[in-house]
Parts: sequence; C-alpha cells; structure tokens
Amino acid sequence: MLRTIYILWLRQLKRYIRSKARLIGSLGQPILFLVALGFGFGPIYAKAGEGNYIQFLAPGIIAMSVLFTAMFNGIEIIWDRQFGFLKETLVAPVSRFNIMLGRTLGGATVAIIQGLIVFIISHLVGFRVSNWETLPIGILFMFLIALIFTALGTAIASMLEDMHGFQLIMSFVVMPTFFLSGSLFPLKDLPKAILIIAQFNPLTYGVDGMRQALTNMGHYTYLQNLSVSVVVAFIVLIIGSYLFSKIEI
Amino acid sequence: MKIIEVKNLTKSFKDLKAVDNISFSIDKGDIFAFLGPNGAGKSTTIKMMTTLLKPSSGDIKIDGHDIFHEKDKVRKSFGIVFQDASLDSELTAYENMYFHAVLYGVEKKLIKEKIKNLLEMVELWDRKNDLVKKFSGGMKRRLEIARGLLHHPKILFLDEPTLGLDPQTRNHIWLYIKKLNEKQKITIFLTTHYMEEAEKMANKIAIIDKGKIITIGDAEKIKQDTNTKTLEESFLKLTGKTIRAEKAEKMMPHFVKNKR
Repeated sequence: MLRTIYILWLRQLKRYIRSKARLIGSLGQPILFLVALGFGFGPIYAKAGEGNYIQFLAPGIIAMSVLFTAMFNGIEIIWDRQFGFLKETLVAPVSRFNIMLGRTLGGATVAIIQGLIVFIISHLVGFRVSNWETLPIGILFMFLIALIFTALGTAIASMLEDMHGFQLIMSFVVMPTFFLSGSLFPLKDLPKAILIIAQFNPLTYGVDGMRQALTNMGHYTYLQNLSVSVVVAFIVLIIGSYLFSKIEI
Repeated sequence: MKIIEVKNLTKSFKDLKAVDNISFSIDKGDIFAFLGPNGAGKSTTIKMMTTLLKPSSGDIKIDGHDIFHEKDKVRKSFGIVFQDASLDSELTAYENMYFHAVLYGVEKKLIKEKIKNLLEMVELWDRKNDLVKKFSGGMKRRLEIARGLLHHPKILFLDEPTLGLDPQTRNHIWLYIKKLNEKQKITIFLTTHYMEEAEKMANKIAIIDKGKIITIGDAEKIKQDTNTKTLEESFLKLTGKTIRAEKAEKMMPHFVKNKR
C-alpha cells in the first residue's frame, strides 16, 4: 500500500522536475505580482499607516503559487485521461483511494517546492521573515493549502472529460479563491460582503496562518486557522477520492 | 477449462444499447479474436471485462473470479494493451515498467530482472532510459505489450494491437504473441480490423455487430456457414457493406460516460 502511494508521489515529482519550461514559467506570475503590487501599492499602504506592504503581500503571493500549482497538479488527471495513462492506473489491482492519495501528496509536494522557491525570491524584493523559529509552522500551512487544492483539483478533474472546462475552473474557482482570500489585502475594515466571502474561503485561513508564522501579522489565531484548514482538507480529500473512485473510461 | 465466461452481458448508455445481451466463453490457452465494425461494441465489452466500466446487467467471470465482487483478483489475472496509448510519455521506458511492477505488487528483488527480460524480448532494452515521448508508434506498442506481461497474467487483452503499424512491426508483434501463447499458455483475447491476421492467429472467432454476437466459432466454420472463401468476405457478408459511425460512445453526450 505504501509502495503504491510512494510510486505515484514519485511520478508527480519526476514530471515536475522534468518540465523545466513549466517550472520557470510558473515563477513569472508571482514575481510580477510581487514587484507590481508590492512596489505599486506600497506607498499608499504605508501612508494609510499599515507599514510595509511587501511584508504583508509576500505570504499572500507564496500562497498564490501554492494554490495555482496545487490546482494544476490535481487537474492534470484530465491530461492523464486524454493521453491514456489514467487507464493504466485504473486497471491496476490497487485501491483507488491509494492512487488518489499518492497523486495528491505528490501534487502537494510539488506545490510546496514552488511555494518555497517564491519564498526565497520574495527576499530579493525586500521581504524579511520576522521569526525564523515559526518557519516550520508556515510550511505546515503551505502543506495544508497544497493538500486542499490538489484534492479539489482532483475532484473537479474527475468529473471532466477533457480540457474544455479548464478555463472555466480558472475563472470561477482559482481566481476568485485567490483574489477574495485576504492574500492581497487585510481582512479588517473590509466591506461586509467581501468579508463574508473571504470567511467562507478556505485559502483565507491558510494564508493567515502562514502570514502569522512568517511575519506575526495574523488576523485569526493559529488554532482557528489550523482547525479550519485541517477540517477542510479532510472534507475535500474524502470528496475527491469518492469522485476519483467513480471514474469510468 | 473456461478462463473467461460472459453471460447475458448488456451495457446501455441512455437509450443506446452498446452491448446487447451477449454470452460467450473462452478456454484456457485459446487465442480468441473479437471482430466487428467500428462502434459494434468491442471496446465497451473489453472495458467491462477489465473492470473499467460497470455492466448494466449480466455476469462476467475472469479466471473464476467475479468482476463485481473480486475486482482485485480479476485485475491481477490479466494484462492489457489498450486501443490507444496508455504510457506516461514523460517517463522513461524503464520507469513505465517499474511503475507497473509496483502497482501490481511484483516482488522487489525480481523487478529488475523481469523488466530486463521483457524489454529484451521486445528489443527495447538498449532504449530503456529514453523518455517514451521519443519513441515511435511501434516501439510504444512493443513497450505496452512488455508492460502488460510484467505481472505474469493468465490472460492478455489486446485491443487492436497492430493498428497503424507497418507490416514489419505487425508481423513482429504477432510473432511475440504466438510465442507467448505457445510457451506460457497465456490466453489471448484480441480485437483487430485485419481479417487475415485474425484468420491466421485465432482458433476461435466471434463477430459482433450492433451490440450482438452474430456468429462464433473457428475460421473454417464461419467461412462454411457463410459460404465464402475468406474471413474478410464472411465478415462483409455478415455485417453488410455500409460504413459505420466511428464510435458508439462518441455519439453520446460528454457527461454520460462519467455517470452510471
């Protein structure tokens, strides 16, 4: 059982390391966001008395790249379906739950690596970790974000036949999740409607937990962030593996 | 001894019956050819026999195991080469084999040797570290056959294994298959559109059309029954000369296939 999970995890990693173009390409967006938003809104943010915007923004952008990579890795099942490899795993005498779990852990690992790369890059634009001791907690939150969204991507991809729905997912799931999460702006003093949406967004708690760990600027407590993230991760994993187990070709 | 038993098998997609109440059985060691025009229900039948698709009704036993309740035993008993590619092209030939060995629980210390033997058999050992995306169609097919044999299956399903290959490669592949059947007594279940290949290879042939089996027996019997000289002629006589829709499933709305 562990071997099954391990080999599927390894496959995700190998695919990630081998596609250099994807690796480099996926760094463009976070760098652009850090530079344009960080330096663009920095002066206004400082004038409003909130301090250094880069400090606030960087955890949000790290979360963004974890989110995007994780979703993409989950959705990759559609490619496996189109290129036929999915069949090979589905006729194998192993439980589909283990296949789904191995794949999801692999996707999550890739997403964390991507997040750590952005973490390092953010230091080049002036981000500074205020407490190195809590970095492992930050990585834990990265892992939870990665797990939730890889599993969500898997769940969605299990219901899709081909890539036509991809743009739909980007526009109506991934982008709103990112923009309405407190990644880019503080949650306090938000208009009620936006705040309510953010409170229903699981990414909000992941970003907040990570931000707290890296910069001591949390909105909720660790316990709140952790419990919401863990519960959501479990729910999404269960739904994802259920839908994955129902795939027919 | 019957190694495959199919009884009253039916698969309906909404209002279309892709497979309509078919029954047949295959003896251990047989080479069984399953023939029919496009959209006749061949691939749907194979998908049901290999646990990829759930039948609407009917029973299938593979190597004595029921496909509904003993899925894992069924899955261990066969190897399959699908109609279209099923390799991970971002992995090497060796990695594709290794992945399969782990999924099928091949004993760790035997894996290397088994992969070597099989890759040598299909003459790909010297390309073992190349990414599969660099392979030609024929090489991919050979790799898939080698992979399908890695866990010592009792049955090998081959869904149009020679489609789109040149005569040399086709000949090569049939030689492997014949050898496997003779030396290791592996039962072969194949579909093909090349009637002369089916005639030459198979000792039992079934022709399916519009979801129903219209004849079953050896090539001689089918030719006698239809009063024709070649299997191709019998096939055309039995199934008519009109061209069929590409694939029954392609006519289905997209969402149907995911649901039961």
